[in-house]
Amino acid sequence: MTNFQYVFLLRHEILLTLAAVVILIAELFTADHKKTSVITFSLVVFTIVTLASFIPAAPGTLFGGSFQGDRLTDLMKDILNVAVLIIFFQSGGYLRRSENSEKIGEFFALILLTMVGMDFMISSGDFLTFFIGLETASIPLAGLAAYDRFKSKSAEAGVKLILLSSIASGILLFGLSMIYGASGSIYFADIAQKMTASPLMILGLIFFISGMGFKISLVPFHLWTADVYEGAPINITAYLSVVSKGAAVFIFTIILFTVFKNIIDLWEIALYALAVLTMTIGNLFALRQDNIKRFLAFSSIAQAGFILLGIMGTGSLGMATVVYFMLVYVFTNLGAFGVATAIYNASGVETISGYKGLYATNPKLSLIMMLALFSLAGIPPVAGFFGKFFLFTSAAKHGYFILVLIAVLNATISLYYYLVVVKAMFIDKNENPIAFFKSTKGMRLSLAICALGIFAIGFASGIFDYILNISKLLF
Amino acid sequence: MDFLNLFVAVPVLTVIGIMFTKDLKGARIVSAIGMGIQLILSAYLVFYYLSLQGVGDLHNMIFYADTVWYAPLNIHYTIGVDGIAVAMIALTGIVVFAGIFASWKMEYLPREFFISLIILATGVFGFFISLDLFTMLMFYELAVIPMYLLIGIWGTGPKERSAMKLTLMLMAGSALLVVGLLGIYFNSAAPGGTYTFNMVEIVKHQMPIAAQRFFFPLTFVGFGVLGALFPLHTWSPDGHASAPTAVSMLHAGVLMKLGAYGCFRVAMYLMPQAAHQLAWIFIILTSISVVYGAFGAIKQKDLKFINAYSSVSHVGLILFALLMMNTTAIDGAILQMISHGLMTALFFALIGMIYGRTHTRDIDKMGGLLKIIPFLGVMYIIAGFASLGLPGFSGFVAEMTIFVGAFQHADMFHRVATIVVVSSIVVTAVYILRVVGIMLLGPLKNQEHAKLTDATWFERVSTITLVIAIAGIGIVPLWLSDTIQRSLHPLLQMILH
Repeated sequence: MTNFQYVFLLRHEILLTLAAVVILIAELFTADHKKTSVITFSLVVFTIVTLASFIPAAPGTLFGGSFQGDRLTDLMKDILNVAVLIIFFQSGGYLRRSENSEKIGEFFALILLTMVGMDFMISSGDFLTFFIGLETASIPLAGLAAYDRFKSKSAEAGVKLILLSSIASGILLFGLSMIYGASGSIYFADIAQKMTASPLMILGLIFFISGMGFKISLVPFHLWTADVYEGAPINITAYLSVVSKGAAVFIFTIILFTVFKNIIDLWEIALYALAVLTMTIGNLFALRQDNIKRFLAFSSIAQAGFILLGIMGTGSLGMATVVYFMLVYVFTNLGAFGVATAIYNASGVETISGYKGLYATNPKLSLIMMLALFSLAGIPPVAGFFGKFFLFTSAAKHGYFILVLIAVLNATISLYYYLVVVKAMFIDKNENPIAFFKSTKGMRLSLAICALGIFAIGFASGIFDYILNISKLLF
Repeated sequence: MDFLNLFVAVPVLTVIGIMFTKDLKGARIVSAIGMGIQLILSAYLVFYYLSLQGVGDLHNMIFYADTVWYAPLNIHYTIGVDGIAVAMIALTGIVVFAGIFASWKMEYLPREFFISLIILATGVFGFFISLDLFTMLMFYELAVIPMYLLIGIWGTGPKERSAMKLTLMLMAGSALLVVGLLGIYFNSAAPGGTYTFNMVEIVKHQMPIAAQRFFFPLTFVGFGVLGALFPLHTWSPDGHASAPTAVSMLHAGVLMKLGAYGCFRVAMYLMPQAAHQLAWIFIILTSISVVYGAFGAIKQKDLKFINAYSSVSHVGLILFALLMMNTTAIDGAILQMISHGLMTALFFALIGMIYGRTHTRDIDKMGGLLKIIPFLGVMYIIAGFASLGLPGFSGFVAEMTIFVGAFQHADMFHRVATIVVVSSIVVTAVYILRVVGIMLLGPLKNQEHAKLTDATWFERVSTITLVIAIAGIGIVPLWLSDTIQRSLHPLLQMILH
């Protein structure tokens, strides 16, 4: 393999690192009163990065098997890139506030650096690279959660995230050491070959699932989620709930499917229990929330439970349904977060009861919010319906019909709280609704992209075909 | 493009057309034109189907078209209709058309109202033309969800609560359906074979009996919720009472039949052995529906509640007849679907019109209205007579057929159930005649009501459309039962062996 191909295989990671450095340097050379131009600059840079990353490259492995890139990992990284691009477009309004003018560069740079960590994590070929990537992706997150550092809630979110995330990492690392002890290797391929259901290996697996459960916020490892989501700035919340969770889901699925494929029966029992708990408890908590960020936090916990159903399908179909659902979830959840951000920036309202009468004053935002919520609830004809149905198909393929039944009943419960938001916007009367406002250009662009994605992904069956085809390469 | 696709394309185009209108006038004209075209298409479909009957064997679907959608999962967009679907499409076309005219004066957010209403109609039409279970489920849920907005925004009374209750109960039904349909899918071929959602294909492969026993109840109850199967009927009175006129018409008239149609077409047709084994459970439940609904209607004073309970009773009768599983009873069940669909739509349209004038639906506060609003009064009496099964109207033909069919079972259990159900006719007569007596006849109770005006032109369009159809079935029922029976026999061979 020539040097050039090396570079090419690492294009996501290299481009992201370069972009982070360029943005930081550009901020240094920008005069104080023109700091907001960094926002536009970063958007342009990252748009180029995202587009450039789409260029296909031949699959291959690097560093003696520590790094592996193929079309599936490329697709996962591209999905994350697109999600981050949408979030960047949505955060202009927030970053333009005067109190943020001195730290605009950090916002972009920190996010991009966590992305580098996630991309390495997704491409990892051994547990060491995986763990380093995971940590690179976790630590800057605490800084981002505490971005509003003078607000006590935001500072609290940062501290909570870093403390709990370290504990989770510790547990995960402990599990990895047991897996190493049981198999004598840290390479995925080697471990997969030597995989037996020895007690040490099972213990390692349990610790591994617990550690990842924290990152994906599965119940009972979810307790940090609501507080951190509420305290962090709303764009960071969107980032945590879509990108950070998405990356963890991707690598979790890959490792379970490749490394632990000989002991599927064992981890499926664990996932069964986690899925039931996560869906049910996430839903029950979401029922009572009024703060839109906490609401979306619990709703995203419940969604993680549905994702586990896709993982339990195993094989290429399981992989494809998970990736497909995450793709749908990016547009859906960011559509909902985008509307919430726009409303928060314009009026400071972040409660569902504050949304009453929104349709009368801001019909377009209300419609996009409704579409996004219906997609989250899995109502046709929007993409969420297809995403969820395929997850259920994946689980049903292995005969988990009872689990699917529990899941669909949970989906019905979730419909209740999504409809509560729809009711507030469309049905409830309000003397003083949020006044009409015009969102920023970036916000409107991002919402248009989300709406298009929510509508089109389900009908364009070619997308699913493509994902399924490249998922088959993994096996 | 295949002819049947027009049934989805026309409503979608209508919705897009309404988006470009500015106010009520534009929205209602576009809706009326769109649904008028839809009605003509439905009529054409019926006549086309009847003209084919001379040719001979008709147990294949007509206008069958198959497009691959999600190739890896073998999900297709498969469409095609047989006589039963044709009849249901005609029913939907008529009721939706009448519903548009019943909403002619929808002042509050008119564009949104017509858009939601027609999206609902799109779902229903799409459901009846689909042969692929996945597409079917998609259209089914598409029909349920606009209901939330329609009742929540334009309804009356405790509308938010009713809307939420109705939506959640129906979506819970659809949740069971998801499991049922996935179960059918993964048993549609021998393990390792190519699974399919296509009903025509699934029927050729017999599902294992153990799987049938597990998935039949899920599917039957899933659709049964929409058919107000006891004890899952509680959304119906609240929902119908709170819904705006056109929505009550469509919901009681078409959507509840959609539930019954699904029970028959999906649950019983695809899993016949389990249907035979488990029918007794559902016969008991539907018998309760029939009797309970009828007695519920006697107790109510609100016109809409009376009709909602009456619908529970009548749709219960449809499900009961389906479960009798013989040709005569099922033939009657399908007739009853059409007949009750038209009749109950007429009822709800008239109730909406009367309520719009008197601003009350409490029958005790009205009296002697027949003299003041003779057109609406006479129409109400016609609907009532059809409902209690008077000869000459559609209800008679349907109910007679059902009872004759039900009596063909000689065993004790079926006999008792049938007698219990037949007795509900008497109760039906009581609540219908009671309303007619109190509300339309007798002295004028409220002097304010003396100033009421009779039906306007658009209200006449709405009601006369429905009355013509009702009388058409009652006086010359053969064309309809022919349409149905031709397709029914091959279907029943599957179910009855």
